[in-house]
Amino acid sequence: MQARGTVFRYGDNVDTDVIIPARYLNTSNHKELAQHCMEDIDQNFIKQVKKGDIMVADRNFGCGSSREHAPIAIKESGISCVIARTYARIFYRNAINIGLPILECPEACDGIKAGDVVSVDFSTGTITNETTKKVFHSEPFPPFMQDLISSGGLAGYIAKRGQQA
Amino acid sequence: MGMTMTQKILAHHANLPSVRAGQLIMADLDMVLGNDITAPVAINEFPKFGKKTVFDKDKVALVPDHFSPNKDIKAAEQCKCLRTFAGEHDITNYFDVGQMGIEHALLPEKGLVGAGDLVIGADSHTCTYGALGAFSTGVGSTDMACGMATGQAWFKVPSAIKFNLTGSFAPYVCGKDLILHIIGMIGVDGALYQSMEFVGEGVANMNIDDRFTVANMAIEAGAKNGIFPVDEVALAYLKEHCPKEPVIYEADPDAEYERVIDIDLSTIKSTVSFPHLPSNTRTIDEVGEVRIDQVVIGSCTNGHISDLRQAAAILKGRKVAKHVRALIFPATQEIWKQAMHEGLFDIFVDSGCAVSTPTCGPCLGGHMGILAEGERAVSTTNRNFVGRMGHVKSEVYLASPAVAAASAVAGYIADPNKVEEV
Repeated sequence: MQARGTVFRYGDNVDTDVIIPARYLNTSNHKELAQHCMEDIDQNFIKQVKKGDIMVADRNFGCGSSREHAPIAIKESGISCVIARTYARIFYRNAINIGLPILECPEACDGIKAGDVVSVDFSTGTITNETTKKVFHSEPFPPFMQDLISSGGLAGYIAKRGQQA
Repeated sequence: MGMTMTQKILAHHANLPSVRAGQLIMADLDMVLGNDITAPVAINEFPKFGKKTVFDKDKVALVPDHFSPNKDIKAAEQCKCLRTFAGEHDITNYFDVGQMGIEHALLPEKGLVGAGDLVIGADSHTCTYGALGAFSTGVGSTDMACGMATGQAWFKVPSAIKFNLTGSFAPYVCGKDLILHIIGMIGVDGALYQSMEFVGEGVANMNIDDRFTVANMAIEAGAKNGIFPVDEVALAYLKEHCPKEPVIYEADPDAEYERVIDIDLSTIKSTVSFPHLPSNTRTIDEVGEVRIDQVVIGSCTNGHISDLRQAAAILKGRKVAKHVRALIFPATQEIWKQAMHEGLFDIFVDSGCAVSTPTCGPCLGGHMGILAEGERAVSTTNRNFVGRMGHVKSEVYLASPAVAAASAVAGYIADPNKVEEV
């Protein structure tokens, strides 16, 4: 499993209210949610994001509400992977559960700027900044989590295991 | 190695003799909660888990409280989704408008959370029930769906920070000031992935509503849960509301804590969180003159009866400033009735406040009190992120009910002790 794309770079404490403002939570339609992703801190995000792009942020990414709409909006917008120094715990859980790959890697956060092209190998945890040629290493996902993400999330993973059992 | 209160509850629900911080466990759930924003996503996911019915119709609670009474057609469709699912699965604890209250005030009041319980809710403020000695934590909709289908959830056992409380609050200072003070001290990720355990002789001086407020905002420090010991105050509340026998866990004397923080409650001052983070705190004497347009008193954080009494004590015989809209949201129907019988509504309405039916509405910028560009609100709610209560260029200042009421009268953020001078 790999990801490759251009980086959108954000700072500390990116909260779920700016990832997807509550005024848009009167729907759970993924495409509608994605149209407003990051709107309150970066109006250009949704105009510029391309399938496969990567989001990089600093501390406590996804703090605030438990709304799963936040990782859903990010995933549906085309983002293939989030890299941050640390994550708020509910966001971390939700991202894994819906199959959005997210990595913790402070060194990569130090060495990646907006607009850099970055590739990620999830099986080894290797993060490569192709723009600067720097390589970083995060903890790789254990096999079950790679399987869970490639199954599209927890529901797909459990259903698949149910069929195998 | 000894265990914390939280670790003991988790061990018991995982059928393990002991657990340690960092361990991954699968645990049985006593209650699974969702609201009109998070439950529709869970209900959509539910069939994918391959179960035709919920694991226990008495252990699922569905509360349409965020955008209800329905604010628009889309919100009405989401509430309808809950109603239909509740009907199909014969969910015992579905509370529609008329019985509905803000979920985290409603569940304890209805006796649906007992001491020693393990509760997950698809709402980040589910951690409120730690006030009753339960382990409760917020999760997302997929976890909620999995919980409804299987009655279980996986957890990483948290380490803990111990808050050793002594003394008692000064007049007009309450649990809200304590938790804002703590978040200001340790930061919005100061307790990331950890439990916040509140102990010490000072706990006995905090009423149950203060404890709900403190546990409620543990998430604003990044915590997995906040928890209080089950003492006489908690037992009295449980006896009145919850038919279940309380199961009481105390931390072992050799339980391990990442940090121990001592706080003398008598030193806490009224505290205000400035935009746009709950950790951006100032004590009331450091605030300066901040003119406001709106005051919100209510929410899962501060919509309890003692919160309304505090606000009424200040508003009695006074008028809300001309340029301020003051909105009061009792958290549940029971609290609403109690406030009415105590004459608090006369005080609120005579002073120029509007009193609403229970709803989360303005707290998350949903409805019933949205801010325009450039407007400022003093609010007893729990978050002041960018755009939280409306326009992206509006501002929310978090405070206690006493500070909010004094500010409503003054028209700027005000010290409740100085309301005579306004």
